[in-house]
Amino acid sequence: MSVKTLKIDGIDIAIEEGTTLLQAARAAGVPIPTLCHLDGVADVGACRLCLVEVGGSRRLLPACVTEVAEGMEVQTNTPKLQEYRRMAVELLFSEGNHVCAVCVANGNCELQDVAIQVGMDHSRFTYRFPDRGVDVSHQQFGIDHNRCILCTRCVRVCDEIEGAHVWDVAQRGAACYIVSGLNQPWGEVDACTSCGKCVDACPTGAIFRKGSTTGEKERDRAKLEFLVTAREKHEWTR
Amino acid sequence: MDKVKFATVWLAGCSGCHMSFLDMDEWLIELAKHVEVVYSPVGSDLKHYPENVDVCLVEGGVANQDNLELILQVRRQTKLLISFGDCAVTANVPAMRNMLGGAEPVLKRAYLELGDVAPQLPHEPGIVPELLDRVLPVHEVVPVDIYMPGCPPPADRIRATLEPLLRGEMPKMEGREMIKFG
Repeated sequence: MSVKTLKIDGIDIAIEEGTTLLQAARAAGVPIPTLCHLDGVADVGACRLCLVEVGGSRRLLPACVTEVAEGMEVQTNTPKLQEYRRMAVELLFSEGNHVCAVCVANGNCELQDVAIQVGMDHSRFTYRFPDRGVDVSHQQFGIDHNRCILCTRCVRVCDEIEGAHVWDVAQRGAACYIVSGLNQPWGEVDACTSCGKCVDACPTGAIFRKGSTTGEKERDRAKLEFLVTAREKHEWTR
Repeated sequence: MDKVKFATVWLAGCSGCHMSFLDMDEWLIELAKHVEVVYSPVGSDLKHYPENVDVCLVEGGVANQDNLELILQVRRQTKLLISFGDCAVTANVPAMRNMLGGAEPVLKRAYLELGDVAPQLPHEPGIVPELLDRVLPVHEVVPVDIYMPGCPPPADRIRATLEPLLRGEMPKMEGREMIKFG
């Protein structure tokens, strides 16, 4: 094992090679906001909330997919980063149709939480009000694309933990959306085991259990953590 | 010291923010010591928005011609304009009609496709205000000084926003207690 030494917000850190900046920051008690990161599945750097400044690099780098390197000097909370993070969250709100007041996840939503964290009291970007669909063809669950932020947690949790790979991303840019199966109605996808991990992984109210109404969505994140620990450390009791 | 000239207006919203305002209960009596209510659907019976208003709480988004005229007048005649609640800040539920496109498809959907008895489009110029093509948050129409999200903003949040203003200070709009949407 090789050890790298670096500085995050002035704190000296010595940590194993291959660790990400996000892991290193958390180990040092430096909080970095995230949305697409989910413990136990691979990181993709989709949400851009964890962007940090690294000395010597003119670009901002996503902490979740940047590995530590010897002598790195990292800043996680400069005014520039705060401004970009708030913009990223405002763009997420103005891109989709996030009507918190009538959302299943109201009060239990990571997008809402992160808006508070970055101090967003309004969006300075014009709302797009896109025409997006809702698929409630599955017996137990539904997906409301209006509330989807394309973090791809559902895609990864279904592929990497459940091993079913029901979800994927179709199209490009503003037309991007999450598809089930071969772009079929969710209820017709044979590969879906109805395990509900995507419901637990979804940070917003986009994937939900049918029958839950405003503010009723509760996700069992502990279930995902349990499965990951069980596999990695062979601890099979909860 | 002169009393603060205080107003509230109600655009495209459900009045829930105003109900939450009334939820401040006994603090309303304290507030009344410091302000003169010059215009408000729940606090006065005056029909015309006056000149030289110090503070105005604006509930609701801008959805029709009446809303638009009133908010332009409010901005011209008010020192400090507060976007009051999610409909004012994001256009919220009233703006869910924006997904249908302009005013025409919305009216056709509501009054023709879903009209069961004698379906017809409402058209009474001068009486029924015309719908705008899109429902807009207040700050997309006029500059806003303070944003107070919430659906509705809880009474404590309204009080915590107004109290510093009465002392001549700006409120700190940060943290879950002050800026949580929904």
